[in-house]
Amino acid sequence: MNRNQWQPTAEILTLRERASMLAAVRAFFAERGVMEVDTHCLSQAAVCDPFIDSLDVLFSSQPGADEQRYYLQSSPEYAMKRLLAADSGPIYQLAKAFRNGEIGRLHNPEFTMLEWYRPRFSAEQLMDEVQDLVTAVLGSQHWERLSYRNLFKRFVGLDPHQASIEELKALLAPHVECSFSDDRKDTWLELVMSHLIEPKLIEPMLVFDFPASQAALAEVVEDDQGVLVASRFELYAGGMELANGYQELRDPSEQAERLERDDGVRESLGLPRRPLETRLVSALESGIPACAGVALGFDRLLMIKVGASNIKEVIPFGFERC
Amino acid sequence: MGNVSSGQFKTGMKVMIDGDPCNMVEVEFVKPGKGQAFTRVRLRNLMTGRIWERTFKSNESAETADVMDRDMEYLYSDGEMWHFMEPSTFEQYAADEKAVADCSQWLKEGDKVMITLFNDNPIAVTPPNFVELEVTETDPGLKGDTAQGGSKPATLSTGAVVRVPLFINQGEVLKIDTRTGEYVSRA
Repeated sequence: MNRNQWQPTAEILTLRERASMLAAVRAFFAERGVMEVDTHCLSQAAVCDPFIDSLDVLFSSQPGADEQRYYLQSSPEYAMKRLLAADSGPIYQLAKAFRNGEIGRLHNPEFTMLEWYRPRFSAEQLMDEVQDLVTAVLGSQHWERLSYRNLFKRFVGLDPHQASIEELKALLAPHVECSFSDDRKDTWLELVMSHLIEPKLIEPMLVFDFPASQAALAEVVEDDQGVLVASRFELYAGGMELANGYQELRDPSEQAERLERDDGVRESLGLPRRPLETRLVSALESGIPACAGVALGFDRLLMIKVGASNIKEVIPFGFERC
Repeated sequence: MGNVSSGQFKTGMKVMIDGDPCNMVEVEFVKPGKGQAFTRVRLRNLMTGRIWERTFKSNESAETADVMDRDMEYLYSDGEMWHFMEPSTFEQYAADEKAVADCSQWLKEGDKVMITLFNDNPIAVTPPNFVELEVTETDPGLKGDTAQGGSKPATLSTGAVVRVPLFINQGEVLKIDTRTGEYVSRA
C-alpha cells in the first residue's frame, strides 16, 4: 500500500457519468416492468466454468471459531436462476462480480455487471432489448448482427465450424507468435477472436450461434446448416467484449452433466476444484420458465461512453488503489 | 536466473526468448469472458532490435534474463572498442561496434550514457536525450538571416552531421536531440 496513492483513479466528472448511467439503467428496466434484485456476493458454491477462478473468503461464527469457506460470486447467474425458478418473473441486477487473476486494461478483479433475465423471451428478442438498452445509454449507432460463422468468414475468411486447428494457427502466424501447443480447438478460436477480430469491432456487433463447445449454460441447437451451435450471443463494441447472453438451458440432467464436465476439465488441467452449485440443478428440476438472460459489463459500457482506454478510469478506485 | 509466469509479466521485464534477451515493450491481459486467459506481449530482441508479438497461455513461463541498465561515463574509443566506466565503482566496460551502433555519433568523452548489460557484457548503449556538441565544420554563418529559416549541414566534433540554421558558425556549441538527430538550440 502506498499512502501517497489516496486519490481516485477516475475523474469526478466520469463518476457523474457513472451515476447517471446507473440511473438510466434503472429507469430503463422500471419502465419495462423488470424487477431489480440484489442477490448475495458470498456463496457456498463457486462458478463451474474452468476458466473463471473464484476468490474465496473465510467465515467463522466468532473470531477463532471454525472457519467455513465462501466464494465471492463471479456473476449473479446461479442466484438469479434460483429466483426465476421461484417465479420471480423478469429480473435484473447491477451486481458486483469478482474474478481472481483478472487484471488488465479491460479487467478489474472486482467489477460491476448488469445481468438480466426475461421469461418467454427468445435470444433474438433479448438481443433487441440489449440493443435498446445500449442505445438508451450511448445514443444511436450503427448496429449489426452476424452469426459466429459469418463473422469469421468476413474478418478472417474461414468457417470456424469446419476449420482445423492448423488452419487457425496459420491465420495467427503473421500477426502473433504462439509457441505453446494446445489440442483444444476452442483455444485457437478464442485466440483468433480476441487477437484478430475483436479489436476491429468498434461499432456494436451482436454475434450469435457460437460453437456448441462454447455453450456454457446456453441451450444447444442445430443451425440451418445442420451444425450444432450454442444458442448464445455476445455483444462487441469499442473493440471489446461487452455482453454475453443465452437462451437458458432448462434441462436439469444436462445442467448436472455440464457441471460435472467442467469439473472434469478443471481436474485434467490441474485447476482448483470448487464446490459445484447443485442447488441450480434442483431449481431446474422444480422448473424454470423458458427464458433468455444476458450479462453486460457495466464498466466497459461506461468506458465507451466517456472514451476511456483503461477500466480503472471509470471505477472510483481501480485495483492498485483499492 | 529464475522463471517468471505469464501472469506476472510486466512492461520493462527482461526475459530470454529463443536464446536472446528480450524486453517486454507492452503487456496486455487478454481474457474472453468464458475463455482462457492469455498474455499478449510486444517484445524487443535486445541483440537484434527485432520487435514482434507473442502470446502466452496462462500456465506458460519464461526465463528471466540477466539484463540491467547502468549509468556510465564514456571514456574513449580505441578505434575498435568503446570504453565506459561505472562512476561509483570505477569498473570499466568495453562495448563493440554492434552494441554502440548509431550511438557512436553522439558520444563525447566524459558524457553520461546508459549501458545495457547482458550477463555483464554491454549489448546496447543509449545516449542522453540531449547532447551538447561543437561545430567543427559548416559554411560561414549568414548575418541577419535569423528569422528566415532555411538550413545547412554542419559537422560536429563527434563526426555527426546535422541540419542547423544558417546563422550557426564553426566553433559554436549546439544542443542536439539524439532521439531525432535534430538541432534544438545553441547550448
